[in-house]
Amino acid sequence: MKVTEKDVTYVADLANLELSAAERAGMVRDLNSILGYIDRLNELDTSNVEPMAQVSDRYGVDDSKQGSERFAYTYREDVPEGLRKSLPQELALENAPDADGTFFRVPKVIER
Amino acid sequence: MQLAPLTIDAVRSAVQERRTTAFALAEAHYARIEKEDGQIGAFLTLCKERALEQADRIDRMAAEGKPLPPLGGVPVGIKDVMSTRGVRTTAGSKILGSYIPPYDCTAVVRLEGAGAVVLGKTNCDEFAMGSSNENSAFRPVRNPRDLTRVPGGSSGGSAAAVAADMVVVALGSDTGGSIRQPASFCGVVGLMPTYGRVSRYGLIAFASSLDHIGPLTRTVKDAAIVLRTIAGRDPMDSTSADVPVPDYVAELEKPARGLRLGVAEEYFGDGLDDEVRHAVESAIDKLKNLGCEIVPVSLPHTPYAIPAYYLIATAEASSNLARYDGVRYGHRAAGAKSLSEMYRRSRDEGFGAEVKRRIMLGTYALSAGYYDAYYLKAQKVRTLLTRDFEEAFSKVDAIVTPTSPTAAFRLGEKSNDPLAMYLADIYTVTADLAGIPGISIPCGQTREKLPIGLQILGKHFDESTILRVAHAYEEAA
Repeated sequence: MKVTEKDVTYVADLANLELSAAERAGMVRDLNSILGYIDRLNELDTSNVEPMAQVSDRYGVDDSKQGSERFAYTYREDVPEGLRKSLPQELALENAPDADGTFFRVPKVIER
Repeated sequence: MQLAPLTIDAVRSAVQERRTTAFALAEAHYARIEKEDGQIGAFLTLCKERALEQADRIDRMAAEGKPLPPLGGVPVGIKDVMSTRGVRTTAGSKILGSYIPPYDCTAVVRLEGAGAVVLGKTNCDEFAMGSSNENSAFRPVRNPRDLTRVPGGSSGGSAAAVAADMVVVALGSDTGGSIRQPASFCGVVGLMPTYGRVSRYGLIAFASSLDHIGPLTRTVKDAAIVLRTIAGRDPMDSTSADVPVPDYVAELEKPARGLRLGVAEEYFGDGLDDEVRHAVESAIDKLKNLGCEIVPVSLPHTPYAIPAYYLIATAEASSNLARYDGVRYGHRAAGAKSLSEMYRRSRDEGFGAEVKRRIMLGTYALSAGYYDAYYLKAQKVRTLLTRDFEEAFSKVDAIVTPTSPTAAFRLGEKSNDPLAMYLADIYTVTADLAGIPGISIPCGQTREKLPIGLQILGKHFDESTILRVAHAYEEAA
């Protein structure tokens, strides 16, 4: 599976990254090198192996419980500010590059 | 009083008994930072006001004869991937160059709750992506033991700060080895707890199923004290485990005699530097002389760990870093005419080369047509790697390995070859993938006086055993 410049442009679009021509060329080279190395995973027969997305559902939990019962300890009462107070609006806006005191201001969303 | 080498207990008792004050200690450490950090680069931000206020609080307690909390007066550094309210937090990136979090990371809250004095935020590879701390958007960190060499990464600043006596304790994060490897390069102790042992709330996410917070310290006992303080269920992190926290410090004194230690041939093959091999083998001999039984084990899927890791970690990162879009916080590109242009240019201007590379790799691995071949495949290999450990741990209590195939390399030596850099993690990524705990402790040095690290891996939630083995070795060495 060789990565082309077209692939890089497509993936950069998906990732919302504006790459320069030089960066694109470098990316073609780097991705091919890394994916070439990663290819060795195909030496393994994983046809009967379950995927493991995360550790938490197998370790540190009560195995005798099934499904969502296993994670009952992570639930809380569905009440407002049940865990802690919400972030006040001024604080939430403090790091904003552009805000009007109520909203975050951004360039126009719909392009026509 | 003498500034170094200090441990948590030494500081706490000195402040409690009024032989010194937390304030004086904080000032002395800041003086050292001012003198040395120009050369080393361990710190990105200092928070003197916060530190001295905390120090005053501790000193008042001591003056009133009240018993100090376990880390009373202890100067600590926090890796800049952990949010500290009101104190700039950058994740080592220009995209967060002016970001001031409105909240504190749980691990920081618990440390300060135990009396720790946070001196500042330590330098790191951008978004914790790197093995040398050369990817910091601000400046690289240099190894205090040899300023021409890297301290390791991504918690290079934390490791260097402890090694250079700028702090007594530092917090780091580990996703592929980023606590243990810099600990081994700098000659300090680095502990990565079991996944879920310590809350990730407030840790700027890199790879959510692989990220861990853990301590870097001068001694094993200090690592145990910090772990006891920061571990435990946190309702703010649903992946934090509901497992009781043992008294890790009390467990330390149990002898290592009788423990079965596994040695896996896959960790001693080609690519392992001779001096590192020799030091680690000597360390294993020492453990044998302490009464440990050495058992050969096999972890056959080890060669597939790096490729699996670089698919899973980058895929998760591509998702976690999607939030940096210039809307609510962080860098926003000037003069963008559309939302899309704002996203693309903000991210292009704000992210460094390695971060972009990993986002690209991760996005590619998750994209339509490639998801099964890459991401799903990697997850299945993750299962196989974890099964290797389960199998081995049915025969042994812990596994001993080198932490890294080499000692600290020179700045610039690997920065042109991303793949060569990735291979530095070869002995550490396996633990992150399986979610098991691991500790790196110093076990000697090379002819050029560079530190070498011994790694001890343990069963899930069995930090007590690896701390015990590490402590026994440390006492005997």
